[in-house]
Amino acid sequence: MITVHNLTKTYGENTVLNIDHLEIPKGQSFGLVGNNGAGKTTLFSLLLDLIQPSSGHIINKDVQVDQSEDWKPFTSAFIDETFLIGYLTPEEYFYFIGELRGRNKADVDALLSNFEDFFHDEILGQKKYLRDLSKGNQKKVGIVASFIGNPEVVILDEPFANLDPTTQIRLKGIIKDLAAKEGVTVLVSSHDLIHVTEVCERIVVLNKGEIVKDIHTSAETMKELEAFFAG
Amino acid sequence: MLKHFIGLQWKSFFRSATFKTEIWFKILMALGALYFVVVFLGMGVGAFFLIKEMEIGDPLRVVNQFMIYYLAFDLVFRYMLQKMPVTNIKPLLYLPINKSKVVNFSLGKTVISFFNLAHAFFFIPFSIVLLVEGYPPLQVVGWHLALMAIIYCNNFINVMVNNQNVVFYVIAALFIVAGASQYYQWFDITIYTGPIFDFFYDIPWTAIIPWLILVGLYYGAFAYFKKHMYLDGGLAKKQTEAKTENLEWLDRFGNLGTFLKNDIKLIKRNKRSRSAVIAGAFFIFYGLLFFTGALEVYDGPFWKIFAGIFVTGGFLFSFGQYVPSWDSSYYPLMMSQNIKYREYLSSKWYLVIIATIISTILATFYIYFGWEAYAAVLVGAIYNIGINSYLVLWGGAYVKTPIDLTSNKKAFGDKQAFNAKTLLLTLPKLVLPIGIYAIGHFLINPMAGYIFVAVFGLLGFVFKNKVFTMIEGIYKKEKYKTLLAYKQK
Repeated sequence: MITVHNLTKTYGENTVLNIDHLEIPKGQSFGLVGNNGAGKTTLFSLLLDLIQPSSGHIINKDVQVDQSEDWKPFTSAFIDETFLIGYLTPEEYFYFIGELRGRNKADVDALLSNFEDFFHDEILGQKKYLRDLSKGNQKKVGIVASFIGNPEVVILDEPFANLDPTTQIRLKGIIKDLAAKEGVTVLVSSHDLIHVTEVCERIVVLNKGEIVKDIHTSAETMKELEAFFAG
Repeated sequence: MLKHFIGLQWKSFFRSATFKTEIWFKILMALGALYFVVVFLGMGVGAFFLIKEMEIGDPLRVVNQFMIYYLAFDLVFRYMLQKMPVTNIKPLLYLPINKSKVVNFSLGKTVISFFNLAHAFFFIPFSIVLLVEGYPPLQVVGWHLALMAIIYCNNFINVMVNNQNVVFYVIAALFIVAGASQYYQWFDITIYTGPIFDFFYDIPWTAIIPWLILVGLYYGAFAYFKKHMYLDGGLAKKQTEAKTENLEWLDRFGNLGTFLKNDIKLIKRNKRSRSAVIAGAFFIFYGLLFFTGALEVYDGPFWKIFAGIFVTGGFLFSFGQYVPSWDSSYYPLMMSQNIKYREYLSSKWYLVIIATIISTILATFYIYFGWEAYAAVLVGAIYNIGINSYLVLWGGAYVKTPIDLTSNKKAFGDKQAFNAKTLLLTLPKLVLPIGIYAIGHFLINPMAGYIFVAVFGLLGFVFKNKVFTMIEGIYKKEKYKTLLAYKQK
């Protein structure tokens, strides 16, 4: 689904990302871990063509992302609060994203009804603008919005941060289902090793911009990761 | 402790992102500030002689008579523009600093605000002129001190009523009514307020009264702030109750409707964009300066075209100029969502066009000033739609100032909005139509001048697709730079 070729990103002298080759097959739940500054968000931003690669390129389902915009219809993402429109209510925001992705109100409502648990009665019908929601609730909105319109690729940066424990557990279930049942390629980054090992079938460790580990998740993965990060 | 506070203030001023602008712009700003200083000084020195020449009475009494309006305007200006001292208090709350100290410092900071000091440039020279002219020193000093105290009273009143929109609008409305009834000579408020200010002059020791009031207000503000210095109190962000709006009537426009819906909500729900639109609406009346002959300098024939462009282009200039910055806080979303640049740009274009048409309809009253006035307005509208609408979108590609929708802070004089490229782009917006008009005006007649400008505007309309392709290309080229710039709040 996604292929990365000789991708580098440098700022001045500083190389923040350098990936020779990376292939993510369709329907894989892919986890990205690494310390601060490892290049996780840089990779995601490159995937979304929000920054330009210094060299190399990314192919998303036959589309080179920095050349054509044709990857947009089947790719969605939630990176941070700049993906939310602060002056809309959650409902308006969902419908807006829905309209951009060719889904009418009824479609969106049907999708939202699956997330009632997840929202925990704190999102819909609250008479609040997104900018006035708490960080955690904003995150919930952004994550669910990224599921609208049956995307084939979903990119979530640090989806577990700021969420309460109940929601974290629910989100894990949702992500697993997406990949397993609907064949969606899910890319998740996280600082929390436990969450990623539970959710992702494959985990790639970035360190200072380079891939240092590429693991197929198994019972030993957690130990391996801990050993790595303990240094 | 004070040393620390001042140090923090110093750093926050000099390290702010907006301060690091191009050097020539700093010079321009300094010149602008100097200009205002000179204007105020001129007013202070000149007011006395000007009033004397007009022979409407003793200059001091006249100034006193209208002082109430001066103070009212001051209050309105402060309300709209003066920043509240609460910013940056949050990080100090849990530090081992006395709360009173923090409040005292924050309030003290407002004392040296430009809004207070600017008045000195009027009052000090005015008082000096009074002394030179042989007014009794003791009385002048009493008057001066009293008014100084009153200006500072305004400062603290503003601090206390801030964010109380109701209070503000009631006061503003009262003064508008007072002003209007004075103009039409129904009721003259200055008859009652003038003597109050005279009083401070006639009996100088009474200057102590406003000072006592000032002290009272200071303690009022102090107590108010101290009491509300909690995260869920005065420091909390104000939340408005949100209402979901569907605006389904816009659905028939397809994808365009989706964006238009969003833009309408953007304008309605954010302070900054609302102010821009209101400012734009005022432009409709700008033409009155030209067509009524109120200002002699504007009597030349070209100024009519100039007026026409401004009358119908208020929204275009005040809102259009900042496309795409209005979407700066969620630009990454727009760039990664299933959106074609062209659709995004056309929706903004349509918004500008619709607003221009509405302004043109509203400006119909210019017919009152003769066909030529309204022709200028119509021609200005055609030019705005045909040419200027592209130019603002084009210029927008280079305006990389993130906009904080929720505050009015930098609504006036956004520094980065003026870079060399946008400045260059204003030339064709204003100078070109005047030039075209001049050609027709001098070669044939005024009518031909209008026709030339209109034809030029219509030509722009014809080339819409071509121009859009070009603008789209520029936006794509600037995309990464824009994304980066919006990140740096």
